Amino acid sequence: MSLLEIKNLHATVDGHEILKGVNLSLDQGEVHSIMGPNGSGKSTLAQVLARRETYEITAGEVLFNGKDLLAMKPEEAACEGLFLAFQYPVEIPGISNAYFLRSALNAIHKYRGEEEMDAMDFLPKLREKMKLLDMDEKYLNRSVNEAFSGGEKKRNEILQMAVLEPKLAILDETDSGLDIDALKIVAQGVNAMRHPERAILVVTHYQRLLNYIVPDRVHVLVDGRIVRSGGPELALQLEDKGYVGYESSARGASPAA
Amino acid sequence: MREANLATATQALRNYEESFSGLETSAASHEPSWLRKLRQDGFARFGETGFPTVRDEDWRFTNLSAIAQTPFRLVRNGHRVPSLADVAPHRLAGAACELVFVDGRFMEALSSVGKLPEGVNVGSLAAEIATNPGVIEPHLGRYLNIQRDAFAALNSAFVEDGAFIHVPRSVVLESPIHLLFIATAHETPTVSHPRNLIVAGENSQATIVENYVSLGSGEKALCNTVTELVAGDHSVISHYMIEREDEKAFNVSTLRIQQGRAADVASHSVLVGGALVRNNVHPVLAGEGGECLINGLFVGRNRQHLDNYMLVEHASPHCGSRQFYNGILDGHAHGVFHGRIIVHKDAQKTDAKQTNRNLLLSDTAQIDTKPQLEIYADDVKCTHGATIGQIEENSLFYLRSRGIDEASARRLLLFAFASECLDRMKAGPARTYVENLIHQNLGHIADASRHQEQGL
Repeated sequence: MSLLEIKNLHATVDGHEILKGVNLSLDQGEVHSIMGPNGSGKSTLAQVLARRETYEITAGEVLFNGKDLLAMKPEEAACEGLFLAFQYPVEIPGISNAYFLRSALNAIHKYRGEEEMDAMDFLPKLREKMKLLDMDEKYLNRSVNEAFSGGEKKRNEILQMAVLEPKLAILDETDSGLDIDALKIVAQGVNAMRHPERAILVVTHYQRLLNYIVPDRVHVLVDGRIVRSGGPELALQLEDKGYVGYESSARGASPAA
Repeated sequence: MREANLATATQALRNYEESFSGLETSAASHEPSWLRKLRQDGFARFGETGFPTVRDEDWRFTNLSAIAQTPFRLVRNGHRVPSLADVAPHRLAGAACELVFVDGRFMEALSSVGKLPEGVNVGSLAAEIATNPGVIEPHLGRYLNIQRDAFAALNSAFVEDGAFIHVPRSVVLESPIHLLFIATAHETPTVSHPRNLIVAGENSQATIVENYVSLGSGEKALCNTVTELVAGDHSVISHYMIEREDEKAFNVSTLRIQQGRAADVASHSVLVGGALVRNNVHPVLAGEGGECLINGLFVGRNRQHLDNYMLVEHASPHCGSRQFYNGILDGHAHGVFHGRIIVHKDAQKTDAKQTNRNLLLSDTAQIDTKPQLEIYADDVKCTHGATIGQIEENSLFYLRSRGIDEASARRLLLFAFASECLDRMKAGPARTYVENLIHQNLGHIADASRHQEQGL
């Protein structure tokens, strides 16, 4: 059984169809990448999977670990082990990073019937993960993402992923706005999370990130459909030639089977 | 309808007159002449103006007809004295001393004056007037302007009791003084006019908490408080006003602060209770180099009306004032923030700042926010800003996507908004008390607003 099974997924926002029949399956231990031009539906797919309520699902089915993902609330999906690293992480003034992360971890523990962690047990764990991402301890007590630079925000997303240890992590354009040094640190953090029981879905526009996080499979999403899938070499071809050929073929194509 | 309103308003006025002449007769034998004059001037002024209407610029957003048309009576006799168990939940853990007032009257049996540093005098204003009027006379009524405020005039007319606090020169009180005002249940509408006088000597430090609560459920009650706070040169004073009365309470309070040279005063207001609340804060920075923080949080739901009227007067050079008020409004609640700053001609190098931020949790909640700057000096810095917003869907989704359920996420975001105000309070028993109160309150609101959105 696949960890994530997307079948013929259609989603609309304000009456516009964005996803027009997406099919994808992802197994434990695998890293897949979804690439596509702007407006192809990449971020919509990521947000639908994280259960953002702005989108209306008009057809299709998604199974996550055998359960109906589309019936879950965002918090349920998170507690079942799904994590979305946001393209635009949200600033939350007034809540410290450490408090936020412990609240999140304890919400997940509670859902699973596990014991909640107090600050004494939690802080050493958090510090250890921060070291991995080369993050200064001052971020512990600062408000979530407030006055963080673009790179710091993305690193903070990966820190959250490292603390929450999801079964499936979706990285939504985590590379956008990062310089090469920050990109390497983030990639290193993600690679450290690779695990036989964890799957990672890397959503990106550019191939560069995939030099550092090498995927098992690459899928090309154009106009709400996956038009081609292949190995890591597919990403290199896209880097060379761009999406031009795919965009023209997508318009006339029938939904990928 | 109009005629009926007029009739009830007339009856209400007649009640004040009866109460006043009753007080005149009973107090005539023992009260000092200066106090008699203070009361007579107050009542004469109230008689001239009556209650303000919405045509009065200072009351534009607050309709007082519910107060004007209710025939309130002073509670003269028959106080139902609450038990110690009744009072227990309202006590402030860690307070240096606690004065309890029931319907405006000091209750010694419920109060506790712990060990205070030498020379500190904390007790009932009525007792102090009776035994030591010379201490009271130089201050009482000297700072309050009864001409521009009918409620201040009315309070002065009925001055009898309240708290008197004197902290002598260079004395530091580390723990707060808790003034607990309890409105008990009555079968007819009642009014009380607590009057507090706080005199902080040069270089002294103290924290004073005024806390208004209701006990039992009865008819409407109006509490019309005036506090005169005299902050001596170089004193450091924190004042808290906590309003948590029930949904039948009207609460009008005026905090008049007179600041000496380099005095540092913080006024913290936390309004969560009451049907109609008017919170007047009026500091006058009279000495050079004074600093004033005017910090507030108001949380309204159902049909609560919470009006905050700030009047910050810069009367000397090199003073700073910072106003920060945050409002959270749900249901049909109506909030008002009126931030007036007057910079007098000689108050050069004034640095005055004002910020009012509001969260509206329902389509029917309302906020009126109004800055009013009057600047007569030419070398000053004055800034003001106001925002009105909702809980951001983005923030909510972000928290939920990390596993935090919706009600908890809302509670977290509301608390984060409120904590901007809490963070400005010094750590200690008073802040802890307020934090617990806010946690409790926002929990109810988060649950209620979620149900509303789901149409439950």
